[in-house]
Amino acid sequence: MAAMIDYGITEDQMEIVNLIDDFGRERIVPVRAELDEKGIFPADLLKELAQMDLMGLYIPEEYGGFGASQLGFCLAVETMSKYCIGVSVSYAANALGADPILIGGSDEQKAKYLPPLASGEKWAAFGLTEPNAGSDAGGIATTAVKKGDKYVLNGTKQWITNGGEADIYTIFAVTNKAKGARGVSCFIVEKDTPGFSFGKKEDKLGIRASATRELIFEDCEVPAENLIGREGMGFLLAMKTFDISRPGIAAQGVGLAQGALDEAVKYAKVRRQFDKPIIANQGLLWMLAEMATKVETARAITYAACRTIDAGVKDVSKISAMCKYYAGDVAMSVTTDAVQVFGGYGFMKEYPVEKMMRDAKILQIYEGTNQIQRDIVGTSLVKEYASN
Amino acid sequence: MNIVVCIKQVPDSDKVTIDRETNRLNRAGVPSIINPFDENALEMALQLKDKHGGKVTVVSMGPPQAEEALRTALSHGADEAILVSDRKFGGADTWATSYTLNLAIRKLGEIDLVLFGKQAIDGDTAQVGPGVAHFLDIPTLTYARAVEVTGDTLKVTKVTEDGYEVWDVDKPCALTVVKEANQLRMPSLKKKMAAKKAEIPVWGFDELQPDENKIGLAGSPTKVNKVFAPPVKLNKEILSGEPADMVADLIKKLKERNVL
Repeated sequence: MAAMIDYGITEDQMEIVNLIDDFGRERIVPVRAELDEKGIFPADLLKELAQMDLMGLYIPEEYGGFGASQLGFCLAVETMSKYCIGVSVSYAANALGADPILIGGSDEQKAKYLPPLASGEKWAAFGLTEPNAGSDAGGIATTAVKKGDKYVLNGTKQWITNGGEADIYTIFAVTNKAKGARGVSCFIVEKDTPGFSFGKKEDKLGIRASATRELIFEDCEVPAENLIGREGMGFLLAMKTFDISRPGIAAQGVGLAQGALDEAVKYAKVRRQFDKPIIANQGLLWMLAEMATKVETARAITYAACRTIDAGVKDVSKISAMCKYYAGDVAMSVTTDAVQVFGGYGFMKEYPVEKMMRDAKILQIYEGTNQIQRDIVGTSLVKEYASN
Repeated sequence: MNIVVCIKQVPDSDKVTIDRETNRLNRAGVPSIINPFDENALEMALQLKDKHGGKVTVVSMGPPQAEEALRTALSHGADEAILVSDRKFGGADTWATSYTLNLAIRKLGEIDLVLFGKQAIDGDTAQVGPGVAHFLDIPTLTYARAVEVTGDTLKVTKVTEDGYEVWDVDKPCALTVVKEANQLRMPSLKKKMAAKKAEIPVWGFDELQPDENKIGLAGSPTKVNKVFAPPVKLNKEILSGEPADMVADLIKKLKERNVL
């Protein structure tokens, strides 16, 4: 995080930032290129994050977590993202998987599932997307049919982050097809449940350290008590989850863009052409200035979204969508420019910016494409101005 | 197990710059760190505690600001920290330092193991570990890479110039630890928060009741007369001719000097 601007970050929050900065430099940087190239899931890093009390950062203290605010958690994600978003998404996807339990779970469900997630003994994943239900999440085809004191799940989830690695999954399935989006329910499914298996690990353009797999349900019986909330609450639960998870994706964008800016400025000062450092060229300096301003505006809107959530404001969909698409687009643009600053070297794998550029693309796609985010903002505008 | 780890606060040599005018080290404003080898000693202690239970106490002798190094050690998982500090201890050489640290460790009561880094990166003497063990009258093994505990016996793997040796040693004993042993774990957030507020007792002259003739500059048998860079003597010889002849010549010369 840039030190020049006062965002009112507390001393405790700075402790989180400094701790993760040390972790990034000492633990992520030495391995990130190899994790990326070989597509290795950062299990060892997540275990170390658990020992550092960081896996439960977002979980309330009564369930063994640290009880950080939305801003505290997003500062952690931002800081880790300066070093590798393949690692930070594997970390943050735990919160995404746990959010439906935190938002809609019963006291019993929270007491059972949150403490092992807080300690990092278990990992979580969120299962909504399907082959034919991406942006149109209401179109999911996985079904859950009640049979006595169980629900029987059938269907396939696609591109699930932490799929196969996580132990606890929050899965969205149709319990009443006639009701459309209001017929979707959310279930907690544990890894070793019979009838629950995993597809192949996907080979991706970026965030290659993260695990992305299919989840396959074949007559998978889940205890009825694993239903989160009531039948039909699933879609609402998913939307509420996204309201608080999207600033996390924005934080990834801010961190990634900051990391690329840091690399670009450092390089521009030492790279010499025509007997002077390239940063002495006004054209290039202005490019860096634009990059820095974009990073800062993305940071400002992301923190604004976090503070709005922390203040308990009821409808945060618009600001969450705004920061998600804005910071994602900034990350794509700033990482692309960072490669440009490096010139030919930027295109080579010996330097970190080509990976940053490949990694950035997903930020415009996952957790709702940046076009869907603009739709959410637009829909809010139509509602807000309806009476005028 | 009751384990004591002695740590030293040293200047971060990676961040030391050289004054271009005087060619001296710029010592002012250089951040301080825990001596890197002491981090390996701390991690060895924490791993033994993870496996066998017990308590890890870190002890540092130094000026008041050495407290910062102790707080860092607490954030990594040490249970307690003691700062040994008194103006009267100032200027101590390795002998007087060893004597003073020994008093602090004795004051801690029953101890199973005392760990040190193999040497400090500022003085590079590697004397304080064995020195403390001498005053405590317990055995020392230097350059420890690994340790296994069975009952009252420690099986210690010790790095030597041409390999390693495995020793059995009874508790209590002292070890100095090499870098290859491990990598210090990251601090934990909760421990870091607690370390900021932790009470760190300061033990000085009154607490340790030392023999006045064995402490500080006056109690130090070694005196530094002069610090200088030794002149470099190089017997340089450049071979010439065809590569094959030069190699044969080189081998012959190395054999003459018993290098090969």
